[in-house]
Amino acid sequence: MTVDNDPMAEIRASFFIENEELLEALQDGLQLMDDGAADNETINVVFRAVHSIKGGAGAFGLEGLVHFAHRYETVLDEVRAGRLQVETEALKVFFQAADHLSDLVRISRDNDPLPDEETEVLLKALDAFLGDTGPVSGTAEEDIEFQPMGLSLDLDLPVDGTADLPDLDALPPLDLGPVTTTYEITFAPQADLFDTGNEPATLLRNLQQLGTAKVTCDSSRLPPLDQLRPDVPHLSWTVILQTDVEESEIVSIFEFVEGLCQLDIKKQGEPDGRDLPPLPDLPPVEPTMAEHRETLPQTPIEVTPAPSAPVDDPVSTVAAPTQPAQATAPTAAKSVVRVDLDRIERLVNLVGELVINQAMLSQSLEHSGLSPHSDAMSGLEEFQRLTRDIQDSVMMIRAQPVKSLFQRMSRIVREASAAVEKDVRLVTTGEATEVDKTVIERLADPLTHMIRNAVDHGLETKEERLAAGKPAQGKVNLSAAHRSGRVVIEIADDGAGIDRPKVLQLAIDKGLIPPDSNLTDTEIDNLLFLPGFSTAATVSNLSGRGVGMDVVRTSIQALGGRITTTSLPGQGTTFSISLPLTLAVLDGMVIEVAEETLVLPLNLVIETLTLQRGDVEMVRPGRNVVRVRSGFVPLFDLGAALGYRPPLDDFEGSVVLLIANEDETNAALLIDNILDQRQVEIKGLDESFYRAPGIAAATILGDGQIALILDPSDIISTAIPKPGLSQTSSDAGVPA
Amino acid sequence: MTDTQSPQSIELLTFQLADQEYSLDIMSVREIRGWTRATPLPHAPKFMKGVINLRGTVLPVMDLAQRLGLAAREQNDRNVIIVVKHEETMTGLLVDAVSDIIALTSDDLQPPPELSSGTANGVVNALTLIDDRMIRVLDLAATINDTECAAA
Repeated sequence: MTVDNDPMAEIRASFFIENEELLEALQDGLQLMDDGAADNETINVVFRAVHSIKGGAGAFGLEGLVHFAHRYETVLDEVRAGRLQVETEALKVFFQAADHLSDLVRISRDNDPLPDEETEVLLKALDAFLGDTGPVSGTAEEDIEFQPMGLSLDLDLPVDGTADLPDLDALPPLDLGPVTTTYEITFAPQADLFDTGNEPATLLRNLQQLGTAKVTCDSSRLPPLDQLRPDVPHLSWTVILQTDVEESEIVSIFEFVEGLCQLDIKKQGEPDGRDLPPLPDLPPVEPTMAEHRETLPQTPIEVTPAPSAPVDDPVSTVAAPTQPAQATAPTAAKSVVRVDLDRIERLVNLVGELVINQAMLSQSLEHSGLSPHSDAMSGLEEFQRLTRDIQDSVMMIRAQPVKSLFQRMSRIVREASAAVEKDVRLVTTGEATEVDKTVIERLADPLTHMIRNAVDHGLETKEERLAAGKPAQGKVNLSAAHRSGRVVIEIADDGAGIDRPKVLQLAIDKGLIPPDSNLTDTEIDNLLFLPGFSTAATVSNLSGRGVGMDVVRTSIQALGGRITTTSLPGQGTTFSISLPLTLAVLDGMVIEVAEETLVLPLNLVIETLTLQRGDVEMVRPGRNVVRVRSGFVPLFDLGAALGYRPPLDDFEGSVVLLIANEDETNAALLIDNILDQRQVEIKGLDESFYRAPGIAAATILGDGQIALILDPSDIISTAIPKPGLSQTSSDAGVPA
Repeated sequence: MTDTQSPQSIELLTFQLADQEYSLDIMSVREIRGWTRATPLPHAPKFMKGVINLRGTVLPVMDLAQRLGLAAREQNDRNVIIVVKHEETMTGLLVDAVSDIIALTSDDLQPPPELSSGTANGVVNALTLIDDRMIRVLDLAATINDTECAAA
């Protein structure tokens, strides 16, 4: 990631990574508001996200970003203060502004020229909301200047708690002077805290540096000396801290012992709480936080920090621009480690080697003639189990929720619906479904295309919808779910469905199929995936360039996935994409052809047959079919198709695999032998060097040899001189 | 590399190829491995031996003699694969035998006289004399990258 050793570049890089998260939070918040599920906290989150981006951008001198974020924030502030009501129109602009903000972040990261015109248009739209609500951005413009100091402070002094806050007088407009707050902090270390080398005394000392601290030690749980176990902590402390720093500052002192202690920070009520006595009636520290909370209502102490404290914001910007979530909900934050993808790749590769090594070891042990009950063999079994566990865990590291992808799609829907002037709502479900990172990355383009298609072609115009008795607003459902070891992503619209007569006519007009073709509904739907097909009568600039669905299908297939459609006239169309969970492993059938070992994706194999005399019929020279029950399936001699040997003429005794094609036809592959069924690790082939037709990837077998993983559809289409629809339609006549 | 004013010191790995001596800049050599059977790639050009397992990664291997249009010869135990890295891509080059590492300066290299024909044209970018033996210095980029044309 790092370009050089410039520490600033590293910080800058992490700033942009954090911005990704902030933008995601912003989208989430706006979505909640759009769904009508927003509460006060939602707008706070939205505001803070924009605010933090602005703060960070200021520190890096990204003027354009600061400028836009600031004005956006000003409007959001009005919403937060309750002076501006959020309506549909406002939300639309907010969404656009959020999109633009993410554009600006990307542009700033790449140092590209800023799209000033768009910025101005959006700013005007944003400012329009300020028009009748009072405060004009003019005065607020100046307080941008306090921003540049924001982030640098946080980064210069890592969270050891000794960081002094910058002089609050430096914050011009909202300066209320330092406010002293009294916190009551109870801190009870657990055994793990000492195991990890932390020391309560240091933490308490750090607390003391934040202000005036009164520390009381609770030794009531100390057992008699003869029962004392030195490795179990018995002490807890209560600190009454009078300080002018933010709560997050206090939390950050305990950052490294999070989860290793029971920590409770309470702000004492203001102003009357300022001089509270050190709470003699407070019950001794309870074993769990939950129990502790139950006792709270009886005490006069406010548990949550007063949300309306006006000094909150400028300070939180300075203290914690990078961790807005923690400032409010320190316990809710899941601990996450950011790891360079390269390192994970290396780990995945190493585990791959481990798996191969283990397979080699098992093979040689089996050949050594050891008793299956010997220690070595049972140890090996354990080793196999562990290897598999490690492999699964490593694969899980690469898994990511599809949420980020879906969020991008909601933007696509917004833009696409605006372009074709349709009112469209995107409903997403299963955002937490986890898929391999690579799959997610490579899914973005096809999904974008399909979403655009759904908006442009799938949904009718408002008038047509109303005439059909549907709500004016169209709906696109985007869902993800795990189904039997695969991930299924569905894009469903509630539009008119595929207009099959029109599709058929178009295909005939374009010469894609013979005019007298008699196709089933499924076959007509599949015409959409043909190269050079576009149903839009008028080609809009949004979609309909005719490069659409076939490209989508190709990219899905490249991911080892399949795409299918279902469509009900008048009720809508659903595209469903079924993908493997990971691109790293594959359930394969290990086969032998002309003394070469090859692997075939197991999910494609429907049936295996051993050929009897008379099973194979010649249709014309070089083209044979296999009789499977009452139907005929085209036969492909794999050894010849791969150029390993000349075509066979005697098929008797050979093994045939029935393969399912994407268009629901079947094909039969002639092979010599089936060796095994097992999970294999997919190793990419460097295609810049040589692109082998019919080969998808490679894997390493237990004996250390490389076996190629076949792509049967590629073999079949290269084996047929004239692929394309003539093939499909002729096959359509063959009962499969 | 050869057009600098002050002579640069260069180290070359020399190897045998159909009774001729060739060499490569040692900086591009990652390792040298004994010959293992390669898994052939379907419909690949003749000089592509296939792919081998290099500690868990798939390494394409080309027969350098065939790549350069030299006479085919018997496979024997002394055959080795030189693993080279060129612009992030690792490739294995099958050669007859590795001979030596020689150190010389860029002054010792002379441009090849006009090679108007032959597959090796453009692949050998310099010549040098060591103990009265002529050693050809291979241009690795050309050797690896021009395979597209050679394959066609």
